[in-house]
Amino acid sequence: MNAILRPALSIVGLFTLLLGLAAPIAFTGAAGLVFPVQAGGSLIGRDGRVVGSALLGQDFTAARYFHPRPSATTEADPEQEGATRPAPYNAAASAASQLGPTSAALKDAVAQRVAALGGGPVPADAVTASGSGLDPHISPENAAQQIRRVAEARGLPEARVAALVQQHTQGREFGILGEPRVNVLALNLALDGAR
Amino acid sequence: MTSLGWAQIALVLAAILAAAIPLARYIAAVAAGRVTFLAPVERAFYAAGGIDPARGMGWRGYTLAMLAANAAGFLLLYALLRLQGVLPFNPQGFDGIPPFLAFNTAISFVTNTNWQAYSGEAAMSYLSQMAGLTVQNFLSAATGMALALAFCRAFAAGGLRDLGNFWADLVRVTLYILLPLALVVGVAFVAMGMPQTFARYAEATTLEGAAQTVPLGPVAFQVAIKHLGTNGGGFFGTNSAHPFEGPSALATALQIWSHQVIPFAMALAFGHIVGDRRQGWALLAVMLAFVLGGTWIVYAAEAAGNPLHIALGVDPAAGNMEGKEVRFGQALVALFTATTTGASNGAVNAMFDSFTPLGGLVPLFLIQLGEVLPGGVGAGLYGMIVFVLLAVFVAGLMVGRTPEYLGKKVQAREIKLAMLAVLVLPAVILGFTAVSLVLPVAVASIQDQGPHGLSEMLYAYSSAAGNNGSAFGGLTADTPWMNTTLGIAMALGRFAYIVPMMAIAGSIAAKPKLAASTGTFPTHGPLFAGLLAGVILILGGLQFMPALALGPIAEHFLLFAGKTF
Repeated sequence: MNAILRPALSIVGLFTLLLGLAAPIAFTGAAGLVFPVQAGGSLIGRDGRVVGSALLGQDFTAARYFHPRPSATTEADPEQEGATRPAPYNAAASAASQLGPTSAALKDAVAQRVAALGGGPVPADAVTASGSGLDPHISPENAAQQIRRVAEARGLPEARVAALVQQHTQGREFGILGEPRVNVLALNLALDGAR
Repeated sequence: MTSLGWAQIALVLAAILAAAIPLARYIAAVAAGRVTFLAPVERAFYAAGGIDPARGMGWRGYTLAMLAANAAGFLLLYALLRLQGVLPFNPQGFDGIPPFLAFNTAISFVTNTNWQAYSGEAAMSYLSQMAGLTVQNFLSAATGMALALAFCRAFAAGGLRDLGNFWADLVRVTLYILLPLALVVGVAFVAMGMPQTFARYAEATTLEGAAQTVPLGPVAFQVAIKHLGTNGGGFFGTNSAHPFEGPSALATALQIWSHQVIPFAMALAFGHIVGDRRQGWALLAVMLAFVLGGTWIVYAAEAAGNPLHIALGVDPAAGNMEGKEVRFGQALVALFTATTTGASNGAVNAMFDSFTPLGGLVPLFLIQLGEVLPGGVGAGLYGMIVFVLLAVFVAGLMVGRTPEYLGKKVQAREIKLAMLAVLVLPAVILGFTAVSLVLPVAVASIQDQGPHGLSEMLYAYSSAAGNNGSAFGGLTADTPWMNTTLGIAMALGRFAYIVPMMAIAGSIAAKPKLAASTGTFPTHGPLFAGLLAGVILILGGLQFMPALALGPIAEHFLLFAGKTF
């Protein structure tokens, strides 16, 4: 029995030290030195305060900001033990709706969102929740539909807002991978700085 | 579907194949003990364990050693999870994981399944993620690869008495293949934006003045091995869809590369080890055909969008976007989906539960086919060779000759054991699903009504028994019934398959290796590849057709009839 137990325990123990502590600790140290921003979560500061991460979406509801996609994240409901309530862009608990294609709840939600945007056709990303609930991006078509609202709320010329959207539209990576997109937080930060 | 989308798919697949070819040669060299650049570390492991790496083991000794290592890993991981509340590296102050969930999670990571009934950022301390889950990501992958190497050796020569030394295989595969690759891929992931820090979660104040907690952690290193080892367990609850775990299309492409390159290389390494590279390419061709077919169906179904939503005024141009991120696009989602389920990885960059019925059928069916296309690291290769034995048996029946593979006669004992192994999956999946669909305690876990609810349950047990780990995530998995039965399904899917498979290896190894004659059925051409694909579809897939007809296929027709639930 010892012929099996001793190697099993010592190999699993040694690998836990090597792969579970030594390697990740050394790796973390090196990553922090070489890529301090990314390793720390790509945090964005403004006036000495952290306003979010460049990679995580956050909720915007005011007319003067571009709005992100719907989000299915929730938080604990303080009024009911064990229950949750909607809390869009709660980054402490990423989540998707997980509703199926024949879900009546999903169909109703999409119908309401389409109606709230004034009817179709609307870009799909504007009326569906993302996989993470934290999607930082919207499609350029989605952004284009919001330009008039944002310009009116801020008293800026539409062309000025459109130019900012254009400036913050990222193309496919290396011209081929993924989809064109607009980072909502970056665009809204630029709007706050615009005159 | 667009040609640009297919160009993305072609580009990633080309990068995988280009790397798999040299990697296969390297894996064969590691298997033969010819790679020694970390010899002092290796020797320290052997000294601590009292191991003689040159001492070969028969199939029983090899299997027992593997089981002992996995049992030790299970107990250590279970203890770590239960005790994380009083251990260091826990800046968020998470409590210990409750018993049922810890049992499920420990089995899940030891069996390379990585089914997750918890959400990482809301439950796991950094120590549990690193010293618990990450370590098992390495060791469960190395276990699969070691077993596959032992299985390959059985075909390499005649009259073999042993299959190699399990401990030496485990240590070498980890030190020379998995760890170096994880370090390189991990650095790339950090550069692309994945966090790697021990700092506590950051508190942000959003532009509108709300509070937002930004979760952090040692993410990149764990995500690297999560893909390379075809484990799939996410650092965060929403896995590779999370912007910190899949920050860009490039990162998602590199993840696809990472969970596909070793399974493909293992198929080619088989050719090197048995001394006939064409054999490896034949297996790879079948794997690649299924991956391409699966990708095509998912891409077509998802890019077409949901007809119910299009009727409401949703622009169909972007396809079905529920549960998907803007940055990836439908093409990379489709390729990720087919590869992660074909390869027994189980990471996701979009939510399968919200896929169209046919888009969701593909990952489910690829798992049910036995996780051999290309399957998990190691596990996919030995699963594939079990199907090969059945294919040569079927061919032998047709022409009335004793079947043989690579000069080894395949006889009644091997075929009985192969059928035993192949039947584990349908017995576990259909058995547990059937019971769970009539037990109120289990039915309560289903989120969606109608056929989609059946799909959620069927998917859970398929994913567990197939050691995949992906989910139709609407299912409430963290209940005593689901945690326990899914845990048992994972253990059976892994170990009840391995024991007969290793018995086949022992029996094949001892046989003499016959020279090929004019009557030998060649096992490297398109005819054999076609036969193998047919055997996988019929023997692997047919049992599931009634269940699939009641789930995704029924839902597909109801969807286009405008029915909702």
